[in-house]
Formats: sequence, C-alpha cells, structure tokens
Amino acid sequence: MTQLESPSATAGLHRLEVTVNGAAREASVEARLLLVHFLRQELGLTGTHVGCDTTSCGACAVLVDGVPVKSCTMLAVQAQGAEITTVEGLAQGGQLHPIQQAFHEEHGLQCGFCTPGMMLTSVAFLKENPRPTDEEIRFALSGQICRCTGYQNIVKAVQSAAATLEEA
Amino acid sequence: MAATHAVRGIGHSVERKEDARFIRGRGRYFDDITLPGMLHMEILRSPYAHARLVSIDTSAAEALPGVVAVVTGELMAQHNLAWMPTLSGDTQAVLVTDKVRYQGQEVACVVAESAYVAKDALELIEVEYEPLDAVTSPQQSSSEDAPLIRDEKEGQTSNHVYHWEAGDKDATDAAFAEADHVVTLDTFYPRSHPSPLECCGCIADVDPATGKATIHLTSQAPHVHRTLFAIVAGLPEQQIRIISPDLGGGFGNKVPIYPGYVVATAASLLIGRPVKWVEDRTGNLISTGFARDYHMRGELAVKDGKMTGLRASLLSDQGAFYADAQPTKFRAGLFHIVTGSYDIPAAHVVADGWYTNKAPGGVAYRCSFRVTEASYLIERLVDNAAHELGVDATRFRLDNFIQPEQFPYHSATGFVYDSGNYPEAMRIALEKLGYDDLRREQEEARKDGRLLGIGIASFTEVVGAGHGKDYDIAGLRMFDSAELRVHPTGKAILKLGVKSQGQGHETTFAQIIAQELGIPAEDIEVQEGDTDNTPYGLGTYASRSTPVAGAAAAMIARRLRDKAKEIAAHLLEASADDIEFEAGNFFVKGSPEPSKSIQDVAFAAYTNLPDGLEAGLEGVTYYDPPNMTFPFGTYAVVVEIDRGTGQWRPVKVVAVDDCGVRINPMIVAGQIMGGLTEGYATAAMQQIAFDEDGNCIGSNFTDYLIPTAWETPEFDLGELTTPSPHHPLGAKGVGESATVGSPAAYVNAVIDALWHAGVKNIDMPLTPDKVWEAMNAAGMPE
Amino acid sequence: MYPPRFDYLAPASVEEVIEALGEGGGDAKVMAGGQSLIPVLKLRIASVGTIVDLNRVEGLDEIGEEDGRLRIGALVRHVQADRSPLLTKRYALLGATARLVADPLVRNRGTVCGSLAHADPQGDWGSALLAARASAVVRGPEGERTVPVEELALGPFMTTLAPDEVITEVRVPDPGPRASGTYLKLERKVGDFATAAVGVQVSLDNGHVGEVGIGLTGVGATNLRAKAAEDSLRGAEPTDDAIRLAAELAADAAEPQADHRGSVDYKRNVVRVFCERGLRTAISAAQAGEEGRS
Repeated sequence: MTQLESPSATAGLHRLEVTVNGAAREASVEARLLLVHFLRQELGLTGTHVGCDTTSCGACAVLVDGVPVKSCTMLAVQAQGAEITTVEGLAQGGQLHPIQQAFHEEHGLQCGFCTPGMMLTSVAFLKENPRPTDEEIRFALSGQICRCTGYQNIVKAVQSAAATLEEA
Repeated sequence: MAATHAVRGIGHSVERKEDARFIRGRGRYFDDITLPGMLHMEILRSPYAHARLVSIDTSAAEALPGVVAVVTGELMAQHNLAWMPTLSGDTQAVLVTDKVRYQGQEVACVVAESAYVAKDALELIEVEYEPLDAVTSPQQSSSEDAPLIRDEKEGQTSNHVYHWEAGDKDATDAAFAEADHVVTLDTFYPRSHPSPLECCGCIADVDPATGKATIHLTSQAPHVHRTLFAIVAGLPEQQIRIISPDLGGGFGNKVPIYPGYVVATAASLLIGRPVKWVEDRTGNLISTGFARDYHMRGELAVKDGKMTGLRASLLSDQGAFYADAQPTKFRAGLFHIVTGSYDIPAAHVVADGWYTNKAPGGVAYRCSFRVTEASYLIERLVDNAAHELGVDATRFRLDNFIQPEQFPYHSATGFVYDSGNYPEAMRIALEKLGYDDLRREQEEARKDGRLLGIGIASFTEVVGAGHGKDYDIAGLRMFDSAELRVHPTGKAILKLGVKSQGQGHETTFAQIIAQELGIPAEDIEVQEGDTDNTPYGLGTYASRSTPVAGAAAAMIARRLRDKAKEIAAHLLEASADDIEFEAGNFFVKGSPEPSKSIQDVAFAAYTNLPDGLEAGLEGVTYYDPPNMTFPFGTYAVVVEIDRGTGQWRPVKVVAVDDCGVRINPMIVAGQIMGGLTEGYATAAMQQIAFDEDGNCIGSNFTDYLIPTAWETPEFDLGELTTPSPHHPLGAKGVGESATVGSPAAYVNAVIDALWHAGVKNIDMPLTPDKVWEAMNAAGMPE
Repeated sequence: MYPPRFDYLAPASVEEVIEALGEGGGDAKVMAGGQSLIPVLKLRIASVGTIVDLNRVEGLDEIGEEDGRLRIGALVRHVQADRSPLLTKRYALLGATARLVADPLVRNRGTVCGSLAHADPQGDWGSALLAARASAVVRGPEGERTVPVEELALGPFMTTLAPDEVITEVRVPDPGPRASGTYLKLERKVGDFATAAVGVQVSLDNGHVGEVGIGLTGVGATNLRAKAAEDSLRGAEPTDDAIRLAAELAADAAEPQADHRGSVDYKRNVVRVFCERGLRTAISAAQAGEEGRS
C-alpha cells in the first residue's frame, strides 16, 4: 500500500511536534498512541489520569488549543501543531492558578484523581462564562466523574475561582 | 484558647496539606511510577461465565516481538501459585487451571515491553473453552439441579457456602406470635461496585540480587497484604516491602488481594525485572471485589404501635469464591446491627451464602461490613410499616427510637451502642426540611396530579472494628497503631497503620497530635502506606481510621506528653507531679510563667535530660478499641416523579449526621456529601447485572452508571455531636455513614410518592423504566 | 484501552481523502472527531487498516446558510452547532439536539456529519436530521451526490456510503418563519445512550400544521421517521387531540428492543410522551412566532 505520509515517517512512526505547557516538544510515535499515553509516558506528565476505557470519566481531560478534550479519545498524532495545557501548566512561575487555589480552599478534592481534569475544564469554561450559575457549572462538568466529593464543593471552588478571576 | 487556635487542633476546618501535590498534578499514584527495566502486564480474561478450560496455546503470543513472558495457570501451578487463600478462609483461583468460574476471570497474563504490545499479544493466545451452564443467583444456585461450581473443592457437594445466625429465635418467634401487625418486605440490594476512579494495580519488583520484593500496590491495608503475600507467595515477610502510594479512591475496592498482584509478583520473580500491572476499568468492574448482591426478607412485628420483633433472612450471592473482606467471626458482616435506631427487644437474623458464576466479593463500597444492607432493610421496613399502620413516618420512628437515657444500649443481637440522641437528629432534620409544610405541599401537589414524595431514613451504624477478641481479619486482630516521634527542633512525624485513599489523614491526624501536644499541625508530617516504615495496622476501611488509629494517635501523644512533663519538670526544676500542660506549654501549677514550650522540651529530650530518663521523645502504641462506635443520623429526601416517563429527581436532600466529635468539620462534610452521592447512585442508577448466561452487564461506565454533577442533587447538611464515651477523643468515624443511611431515604421518597396508588416497593436501582412499570402495574392513571 | 495498530494519514484535501479511502481496499475509515471510532478501537471491538484523518482539510468547519438551506460542514463539532445563533433562532430542533449529544467534552471533538456517518440507532443527529428533512452531500471518486438522510442508514452502524465515499456536509432546508422544534431525550445520566428520544419540527401555515418532521432515536435498527404520525398532522389544526393521535402513531412506528434500559412497552411509551410534549412545545413556540430553542 502506498503511503501518503510525510517523508520523515519511519517504520510506522510519525513525527509529532506539539507545544505542551508552553514548551515545544517532539517525539516519534505510533499512530495508535493515545494522547493521554503520550503525555504520561513520553513526556512524563503524570498529572493527567486514566480512569476508564469507554470515554466516560474525563479523568484524562486536558486543553488542546484551549478546548477541553478527553485525551484518551484523541490520538497523539492528531495533536500535531497544537498547544496543549495539562494540570502541570496551570501554575505560572510558582504561582498557583486561581482555580487551584480555589479547589484547595473550598475542599474541592479528596483523592485528587479527577481534580486535574475538573480544574482544566473549569478554566476553559470560566473564560467563556465568567459569571456562571451553579447549574451552568454542573452542566459544563457533566462529562466528568468524581467519586469522592459529591460535586458540591467542586461547584463552590469554581464559583470562588470565578470571583477571583473577575477581580483580577 | 488562643494557643490552641494557633496550633489548630480538633474542631478546626484546617485546609488539607495533601492538596499541595494533587492540585499541581504531582500526586504519586502507582501508575505514575516508572522503574528502570520495567515491563507491563495485561490479563486475558474469560468471555464465559462457566466453562472448562480445554486447551490454551500461547506460542504465537510468546513469539510476538516485545513479549517477554506469557503466564498460564499451569505455570503458576508449578510454583504452587495457581490458587491462593481468600480473606474468608476459602481459596480463589489466581489463574484458571481446570475451569472458568465467572466471566472476566483471569486466564493468562502477558508480560511485555509495553502495554500496547501486551494487549496485542493477548489476541494471539488461543484458548479452547467448553461452555457450561451458568448459575447467576442464589436461588438458582440452591436448586437441586444446579451445576456444582466449586467442584475442585474437597468436600464441597453443593453451592452452599455458609449458614449464619444471630439473635434469639425463640424470643423473636414469641414476639411475632403476640404481634397485632406484621410488616413484611422482600427486597433485593443489587450488586454494585465501589469503582474508585483509579483502578487497581501494582508494580512488583523482586530484586534478583537480594530477593527483596518491593511492591507498589493499590492497598488500603498494606501490612495485612504484606503478611498475606508472605503466606501466599512463600516469600519471607521481612523480604517483602509493600508501598501503598497515593490512592485515587478505595471505598473497599483496594482491600482484597487480586490475582493480578500475585501474577505480577511471580512474573517479576521469574523474569528478574519490575512488572507493572495496570488494571483497566472493564477488569476492575468485572472481576474485583463487588458489593452487596443481597436478597433480603425482613419482617417487623408491631404491637400497640411499638416494634417488638424483627426477623431478617438473607441470601447472599458470594460469587465464585468466598472472598468477603470482613471480620472472620461474622459471616454476614455486621448485618445484625439491623435493629438500627429502634428499641426492638427481640431479633433474629438468618443468613445463607451461595456460590454463583460471578466475580467474588460482597463486602465493599463503604458498607461498614454489610451495614448498608441492614440499614436499608430496616429503614424500608419501618417506612412501609408506617404507611401500613397509617402513622406518620417520623412519628413512628420517634415512638420507637432508642432514647438518650437508654445508652449504653444493649441490642437484641448483642451490640452495645455507645451513645446516641436519635430524636434530636430527627428534630433538626425536620426543621431544616420544613416537614409539616412539605406534607401539605405534597397533598396539594397530588391534587394537581404531581407526584411528590418525602423519604426519611434514621440510621444507626456500627464502625471502628474492633476489639481484638471479637474482630479479626484472617486472624489478625483489628487493633491499629500510631508511632510518633518529636524531633529536636520541635517538629514531629506520625506514622500510622491505616491508609488514606482521599479521606485527608495527613491533615486530620496531624490535628489530633496538635490538639494533644500543642505542636502546630503544619509541623507534623503524617506517613502511611509503607510497610518498612510504619507500624503494623489493619488498614482503612469500614470507617475505622478515626475510631481506632485516631485513638492510637491520641494515646501515643498523651504518653509522650507524660514524658514531656518529666523533662519540663527537670527544666523548671520542679516535681513532675506539679507540672501542668496547656496549649503547648508546660508550667508549674499555679504559676503560668516561667513556662517551657513543647519545642523547648523536645530540644531538651536530646540535649538536657534528667538522670535516668532515656533520650528522645517518641513511642508507638497499638490501640485495641474496647467497643465499636455508633454514628447515626437522620436523612430526608424529597423527590418529584414524572408520571409520563418514570424519571424522578431529588428536589431536596437534608442530612443530619452525628459522628461524635468532628476533628476537621470541613473534611467530615466532604465525606458525607460523597456518601450521599454514592447513596443516590445506588438508589437511582448503579447496578452490575447479569443475563442468564452469566454475561456481565455493567463492566464499563456505559452500563455501570455513576452520576455526574448534573444528576447529583445539592445537599443541606446539619450536625449534632454526641461524643463516644469510650473513645479518647469522643470521635466515632463518618466515612460510610451517608452511603449506609441514604439509599433508603431516596427510595422511601419515591415509594412515599406512590404509596397512595398501591406501589409498596421497587428494588434498586430505581431506573425510570422500573418506576414507570410499577406505576402502571398499580394502575395509576396517566 | 490500547488500540491495535493501524496506518494513519492526514491529507490536506477531500480528493486526497477519497484517494486514500480507495487505496485502503475497504479497510480504511474516515475520522473526523474520532469520538465514536477511537472508543471502539480501544476496546478492540473493531479494527481498521488505515485511518484517514479529515481534520487537516480546510473549509469543512463552517456552519452557515446558503440558498435557503443550512449547511453544516463535515468538521463542524457538536459544540459549534450548540453555540450557533442560527440554530438557536431558526433551526430550533437542531439547536435542542446539539446540547444533548454525549457530554460537553465529547461535544468539543465529535462532529455532526461524523455522527451521521456512524449510523448508530441510538445516535441523536440521525433522528433530528430525519425530522428536519436534511440531505448529506457525499463525495467519492465519481464525484458528488446528494443523499436524503432518510436514505443513508441501512442498519445499525451501516450506511449506503461506499467505502471510498465521505460526507462533506449536511444540508437542512429552511423550515420557514413560523417554525420551531425540539429534541427530548431520555438518558439515565448525561452521556448515556438514549433509552429513547424524539426530535420534532413543525412549520405552521395559516394556523394549521404545514410541514412536520418526527424522528425517533433508540427504538429501531436505525433512526426512524414516524411517517404515519407526520401524515396525521400535516395540514391539520394543531389541537390536543391531533397531537395525541400523532404521538400514538409515533409510538406505533417505534420498533424498540427490550433491554436493561427498559421494556418494549416502556420505550414506546417514552416515544409517545416525548412526541406529545415535543409537539406541544414546538407548536406553541411556532405559534408565538418565537424563534427560540426549547
């Protein structure tokens, strides 16, 4: 079978160039490598988690060009040229992002496994909806599961972050 | 006290120390760890629920580039590892040798350079099965012609696992004979699964040079696991180090020992490289410790409006191996707490366990050892009884509550309840609810054809296992431990035999020490999970950490405080008997100055000691609780039902909890809200079901439904504090209260909305179709 | 959790996509959002020889009106549809559908056309687009053809598309100024596949029902159009009785299977109830001249 692929591909590997948390990264990857595995294994960014195998739980949520996606349901090669933000990229210069501070203050996490995904989706959501109702927050997070908190404090955390971001 | 406030001990909502790493994505869950030379293991699982293993050909899999080993039951059997003991005294297959006994059972494992390659290799393993008829319920299991599931077990001639009784049959029969009303309820508590967001797994690293096995393991009970590993794998116990790192939830799922752990360890031993096994969600749901699956018949005898007797007969679906994680003396866990919050003089519980072709387990998912089942049964029975008797549900409860002056209360099944104030919890709940107005609103709504329901559950549960003579896990008495060392610069490290999976131990246990010793919580490091580094303990499940390890922490702190007093006396040139301690300071009775701080004393413990006193300020204690603790509360749920579709939603949820003294109120509230959500999930949507061939429906999140923020209601929490008289801090534990107590509240609400039309029971989960079918069957107009 | 091996191409033009599909010998699949394809690959329920990624092709991500029709390009994500003011105002059925597809994160990647091509009988867009009388523009080696959505799905996950064809856009006729619609879905939680769902669109003509479309989700081997129900309403006065009759006919048109989501009777009943509610909502919105999403 002829291959319509870039000249640099070798033995089924694809050259991948992405920006992750502001840093340019490159690797040679199989097409089947999921974005979440690329982040965790190739880049050692283990803050993004895997919680299921049916695209249901959202523990793997990251921002791709600012948009929250389930990184378990995207091939790494599809992220070619994109800017990816993981939880490790939230704090800037040692300073916590207001969403991180808010999750901490409002006790929006217990085991911490869903937390990176919840925070990233919330960050993107608040950019679009800076003054949300509790219902709108719950709707925005309805693609992600938390087993520990019962969500109430997560909603409070997002509201708290919204207030902080508004003041800024 | 100002100083206590500064050190923020008991009762303060101290923000959590563990958050720092989690919010930065720097949690250290086992799958985040990579070791040099590490290999990856994947498991081949049986598609059949019951089948003979005819043949297995692994040659193609072994030949795949990147594959290092393929492990079969035969290979494990050569090392005597094809079977292992369970926590309930049975044996369980590690890898199939003779036949498959549940769908998803582990048949073979591939160890390869990457998980992707390991999965590729799984597809190359050729297995021939001879399918057999599957048994999928205790009723089927107990019938004459049921296939024998445990045919490999000597002396096992049927699928019966155990028979167990509690209470007094004669007294109970007498009560029923005298009753003027008997209420009966047959109900099924469906199989569900704890399903923490992080699945199970391990990295087994047996050092070929030293023989030392270091196993990073998702374990709620690392010391117990280490001892069992030593017994199972025949490895010397001092050569095993189990490290339970950050856990992404447990809820009882990470208490049993799973075949994957054993095979990974054996593989590492044989290959000489670390082997990582990361379970996938399907594997987690289809094969690991499930919860409930309990068929219950409850009968309540009532005379003159008073509950006089309670009968419960239970059929327990144990799956293919009897592997309940519970104290060995209690085959039905602590189900016999079933008289609950009520002063019922006579009760009798009969339980029979049966093997089926399903995964093993039963005791898990924040159940407090089957208290979820018991609490559900009594609270549903009581509500139905109130309806049948034409009495208000809250009135019937209030008339039958154990009264505050009756504590300590000796229950009909042998528990001694430590303390409680049930009427007050009810009063607070009803006030928050605006109960009387709600009942009026319900009536008005009914006239408009709207279906509103109010459900109450006043639970009492039992936690804090437990006193060693009565409570043991696989023979290991259920004490727990705390080891405390205060450093010369006045900071401290506390090591525990329990293991948090998100409950916030690093913060709450530091608060205990802060309270007792006056060292600020931020100066106290808390360690758990590493068997090389922590005192022996039985682990965290069944809400036992605060009652047992929390007590141990308080006791060891007090012991160190006594020694500190001696050192302070030396520094203050006084007699130790004249020294007082308050908020971190030691001083002579009657003269607060000069004083010596705990930091001064700590430094002196290494630099300036009285003659004859050993250096250092440290110690370890193993706490044997004198009794269990009995958290309680009243939950109330209001629902509205859509007649057209059967959909229902909670419009109000009120939860009043009394867990004794609250160490960190914020964390306690978080635990309760998590439990109320799991209770809602159980009542509304969660189930692992099976078809008649034993195919599992519920082995992934598209079938096993966990509510999101959108479905989950808001919770209005109230509180009451009735300390435990026997606990050093008066604390009782709270982790499971809401999962125990709330399902009945949700279901009672739906039934309450429909009782007038003739609907008396719907078994969980109350999915829309089931509610609709019940409304139709009752002939409700549309 | 780990897909099997496949080849991967990301061409820059539709022509190259078609060529790659042709060379794939029936074992090549187009991927747009990947929110249906990648999950089945991860579970190894399906395998594919070559994935032809559509995402580098320019010009397929637009949603707009042209010649009295709404055009939704192959790379329009569910979220785009959800946020499109056109769908809020003029194509209310589609607007109502968009926000109920899967979950918010999946909606950020998944596409309307991809959903259509996937032909899942529990998929939402198929029913909505049936009710909206939409057509798919299909391109293959022979050129372009327009296929009514009704002629697209053959059975569960089977379409009349040839292996070397790709949907490049969906076209939806303008329902007119006095029209509205809605989509009602019974899901046990967000992200659950529909137990049953109904999409309705009604255009009024002088106070009577002019045109009507009713699409059913999750109650047949494909998404279904409730034709008898539509026929009963067409030209009729939108009375309670007429609505009720249409709803009964829609329930009759459903061919549900009993499963753990419910019995046959239950699913039919959901169709009936949702059809009735949906029609009421659509009709009053159309009557009010509101151009609002329900």
